[in-house]
Amino acid sequence: MEKRIEVFTKANFPDAIGNEVASEIANIGITSVDEIRTVQVYLIDGELSKDEIKRICSELLIDGLTQDYACINGSSEQPADIQAGHRDNTVYTIEVTRKRGVMDPVESTVIKGIRDLGMSARSVKTAKRFLVAGSLSIEQVEAIADKVLANKIIEDVFINKDNLFYEDKNEAIEYVFHRHTLEILNADDEQLLSISQEGQLYLSLEEMKAVQKYFTTLGRNPTDVELETIAQTWSEHCMHKTFRGMIDCDGELIDNLLANTVMKATSELDKSWCVSVFKDNAGIIEFDENYNICFKVETHNHPSAIEPYGGANTGIGGVIRDTLGTGLGAKPILNTDVFCFGPLDIGQEMIPEGVLHPKRIFKGVVGGVRDYGNRMGIPTANGSIFFDERYTSNPIVYCGNVGLISRDKCEKKSHEGDLILLVGGRTGRDGIHGATFSSVELTHQSEVVSGGAVQIGDPIMEKKVTDALMKALDRSLYNNITDCGAGGLSSAVGEMGEELGAVVDLEKVPLKYDGLSYSEIWISEAQERMVLSVPPENMEEIREVFQREDVEATFIGEFTGDKRLRLRYKGEDVADIEMEFLHDGLPRIIRKAVWRSPSHEEPDIKVKKDYGEDLKKVLSSWNVCSKEWVIRQYDHEVQGGSVLKPLQGVDNDGPGDACIIRPVLSSGKGIIVSNGMNPKYGDIDPYHMAASAIDEALRQIISVGGNLEMVALLDNFSWGNTDKPVCLGGLVRAAKACYDMAIYYETPFISGKDSLNNEFKSGDKTISIPPTLLISAIGVMPDVTRAISMDVKSPDNLIYILGMTKDELGGSHYYDIHGFKGNSVPKVDREVGKKTMDLLANATGKGLVRSCHDCSEGGLAVAAAEMSFAGGYGIELDLSRVPVETGVDRDDIILFSESNSRFIVEVQPEKQKEFEETISGIPYGCMGKVLDNDVFTIQSQGGKNVISEKISDLKEAWQATLRL
Amino acid sequence: MTLKTETPDNKPKAIILRTAGTNCDYETRYALEKAGADVDLVHVNQLVKDKGLLGSYHIFVLPGGFTYGDDIAAGKVLANQLRHHLLDELTRFVDDGKLVIGICNGFQVLIKMGLLPGINGTQPSSNEYRQEFTLTYNDSNKFEDRWVYLKSFSDKSVFIDKDCLLYVPIAHAEGKFVAGDGGELENLGKSGQIIFKYVDKDGNIANYPWNPNGSLDNIAGICDSTGRVLGMMPHPERYIEPTQHPRWTREGLKAEGDGIAIFRNAVNYVKEKMWQKRP
Repeated sequence: MEKRIEVFTKANFPDAIGNEVASEIANIGITSVDEIRTVQVYLIDGELSKDEIKRICSELLIDGLTQDYACINGSSEQPADIQAGHRDNTVYTIEVTRKRGVMDPVESTVIKGIRDLGMSARSVKTAKRFLVAGSLSIEQVEAIADKVLANKIIEDVFINKDNLFYEDKNEAIEYVFHRHTLEILNADDEQLLSISQEGQLYLSLEEMKAVQKYFTTLGRNPTDVELETIAQTWSEHCMHKTFRGMIDCDGELIDNLLANTVMKATSELDKSWCVSVFKDNAGIIEFDENYNICFKVETHNHPSAIEPYGGANTGIGGVIRDTLGTGLGAKPILNTDVFCFGPLDIGQEMIPEGVLHPKRIFKGVVGGVRDYGNRMGIPTANGSIFFDERYTSNPIVYCGNVGLISRDKCEKKSHEGDLILLVGGRTGRDGIHGATFSSVELTHQSEVVSGGAVQIGDPIMEKKVTDALMKALDRSLYNNITDCGAGGLSSAVGEMGEELGAVVDLEKVPLKYDGLSYSEIWISEAQERMVLSVPPENMEEIREVFQREDVEATFIGEFTGDKRLRLRYKGEDVADIEMEFLHDGLPRIIRKAVWRSPSHEEPDIKVKKDYGEDLKKVLSSWNVCSKEWVIRQYDHEVQGGSVLKPLQGVDNDGPGDACIIRPVLSSGKGIIVSNGMNPKYGDIDPYHMAASAIDEALRQIISVGGNLEMVALLDNFSWGNTDKPVCLGGLVRAAKACYDMAIYYETPFISGKDSLNNEFKSGDKTISIPPTLLISAIGVMPDVTRAISMDVKSPDNLIYILGMTKDELGGSHYYDIHGFKGNSVPKVDREVGKKTMDLLANATGKGLVRSCHDCSEGGLAVAAAEMSFAGGYGIELDLSRVPVETGVDRDDIILFSESNSRFIVEVQPEKQKEFEETISGIPYGCMGKVLDNDVFTIQSQGGKNVISEKISDLKEAWQATLRL
Repeated sequence: MTLKTETPDNKPKAIILRTAGTNCDYETRYALEKAGADVDLVHVNQLVKDKGLLGSYHIFVLPGGFTYGDDIAAGKVLANQLRHHLLDELTRFVDDGKLVIGICNGFQVLIKMGLLPGINGTQPSSNEYRQEFTLTYNDSNKFEDRWVYLKSFSDKSVFIDKDCLLYVPIAHAEGKFVAGDGGELENLGKSGQIIFKYVDKDGNIANYPWNPNGSLDNIAGICDSTGRVLGMMPHPERYIEPTQHPRWTREGLKAEGDGIAIFRNAVNYVKEKMWQKRP
């Protein structure tokens, strides 16, 4: 009989989780909750005496100072009475437990803790119980459960049921082998399509016909797992059919867009410091005489929409595994994350049915990245958050990771006869395409095992895998490695064995629970797993390395040399196909693309005498406002490498441009990481959006003291439905801009990823995300003591603007606060832009710059204001000194235009001459100076004050928005 | 892993304990090495298997991290493991005059296993489990990474002199120091075991964000009755190099970070106090 143990905070201590939940409930408009107490529930099954249970509770499960417990041994005993003080009110109980198959790592930790006490438990199950006191209707209680406490995708909710015992949790459900084949040899078109649909294979008719033809030559029908393997290998996610396919763009035939733009720039630039590009899990560039660095950014959008915490967990966990699986393995040293959400203040009535509120998605995603990154001990020091209504039902989550890799560990290759070793977490039904399983019934014998399509990550497992892997790496115990990500074992083994062939015995794969079919084992996307290719002679040694770190490692097959993929289940053959067909058999089709410039309404904004309010509005807008609430929750300095932190200035709270880390503490060499993105420009023209994003990412590298000599780029496209020719046309334009910019700035792309079809159907309405290209940049900094922060440093220093200000308010934040988009999107003058960056880099290299800030979202006024309040000093500026394009005569254009390639720079008066000589040849203006007061003043071209604000007021406007 | 034999000419030897979810080991090792120690990273499994191993070290370090995911409560599961598998060895280690430091998660472990504060000089035995203090959820209810000023209020610890002002970061969700209601805090103060308190930049006791988690009496670190066991929530190992300071671009580069003092004092203690005793 299982014991139910309830642990709760003593009445005289604040209930941290309860208080947090209470404020969330107030956020959804329910104000009649008086108090919430939380109860952690453990259901422990094992032969344990009363005294033993008592010891488990008092020594392991509670903190005796702040917590108490109750042990309920059966339905006759009462659960924890913590309703005192609320006798007059109704107290509701809401119990939340994870659905079967959604693992809670706490369960195995408790089993371990009990073992350390010298006892043993068969199983542990956890749940959370919330006691909600207040005058509430049952509908309100249900709303609290649904909108705040639980996510029914992964959790079961029980309201007002005392004394819950979940039975049969561990009842094994045996899998009975049955080889499943599908009749396709004689299938007509309609039947082929229906096989694809029913199997959720997402293969088109052309693709199904190619499969049919192949199996006709074999003279037999395929098994289910063969079809699954083909579908997975040929999926958009793995094959990038759109980017690598044929596109007819307004009559121009493009055979492989990626090879003709992004990758072409890299091969033409042919930089000697590019070690590995577009072939491994991450791109690799040189760092120093011992190490290279690798960088990868991934999207994880759809899972994050459904289960934000778990989705973001697995997003960051997945990209960290990319680093672990780059070359023979790299040490993860930095996380980056960029998110796109709907506005957090959007009304509930604007949220489509079945969609979570942006605030919940936002908090869940931030929590997911925080908990995974922090627990892995990897600093999260760069990122940004972007808001637009169109991300409400389709949020975008980009997670990136930088790794440090020994120079001699960058190449890998499996050898014939190598054994296939699976390490890390166990395999369950996690992430199997949309398969749905019913949930466990309360106190009833359930015959159905449920599994979550979305899994909660287990960062400690991944940390253990990392630690063990680094040991195996040091000893050179394996020849090849890759991560188990999308497509699971199918993808990992398929890729590694592409040239050799592989055989796998699927029953050897360790499972979280019984009942999985051979096909499910093969395609499961269970997290925290890696696949290694191990020479047979190292078998025992590598097994021991993992064992010592408590990481499961299982040999599941062999790389054969017969160039076939063969799968077996308990000796029975279940798949046998040629690697060549799998990897090269995909038929190519031509997609249509067109491009037509949209036309947006041009705003008519009246000229004003004072733009102070406009400045505060832009500062407080969602995209510009301080993200400190998020940044502080990330450990941005673990590993000790941080040189330039995301928050800067006299009070450690100003917005830095790029981050700088020192991955090897004994060396003065650093890495600069930045990002650029502006989907608002994409509504006008994706070409200029892409060019601006690249310019922005590079500006940030320059702003912090870097130069363009050794900077690599990553592209991450999140787009709408590219089956629509206009949408695909925009993608082609953006890719072309990537080529043009990379070639001119001499910054090669080394890796990238795309996520297409980001749209949401609600009834007959389709909402597509705006074209969203994230550009990440990584540069090597020879001497980190040259780093520059963005906060102004001391009174009387001069303030310069570098670059030309143009009438480019299209897609700007200034237009946005007035409700317009406009058409005059910022373009990049590559010649001036490159020269500006190179000369400014010379100046920072000579130590002539005290502070520098990238002039981007919100334009000159916002950048200068941020520098001013971050430094704690006032600034006075004169707009007549700003170099402007002919015809620009309005103050608001100069203040808020988002023209590219501009910087605001602080220079000491004694260095004025040398600075101006150094930057001679580019447009610049000395537009003012730092003041020994707290007022931020800007004079119009006509000599009158158009902005005069206290810096504390500006800072407050900037900080108040996201002070949650 | 092979260990060198100890001679007084050797550097003091530090052991950083590793287990599932340990992190901060890289920078902690760097700090100790910079301070002059010889450092080994040893997995708890190895230490449990080979219990004699601990005796060959002089400084035992429990680094930061999220051991066992901080499941149940921060540091709880490792504390439980150490109490039941290595308590005798650790007690002997301290009795032998050697040093123990727990940082962040390591402090949580020391508190929860009872090696701190050990007020009456008695170390906890595995039979009677008592915990007089704890570290619980921050008042802000969330993980926070921010720099704090610390002042040392006692000269009892071998790791730091009295009246030092240090600037170092915290990065935790469960760092609020809480005491039982039986006069434990008073006793702790009387015996000089309150080492670090959170202060403002002028060294005065102040509230959030100076006191980042709402700790009782602003307590950031305490020692045991011998002064040789120190636990602290802030991370001294994250301010060793001058470029780690959040405002070095404003204030200039110092010769070295404030955090090195703690590690250097430990290394020097071993050299001067422990090794002098031996012929």
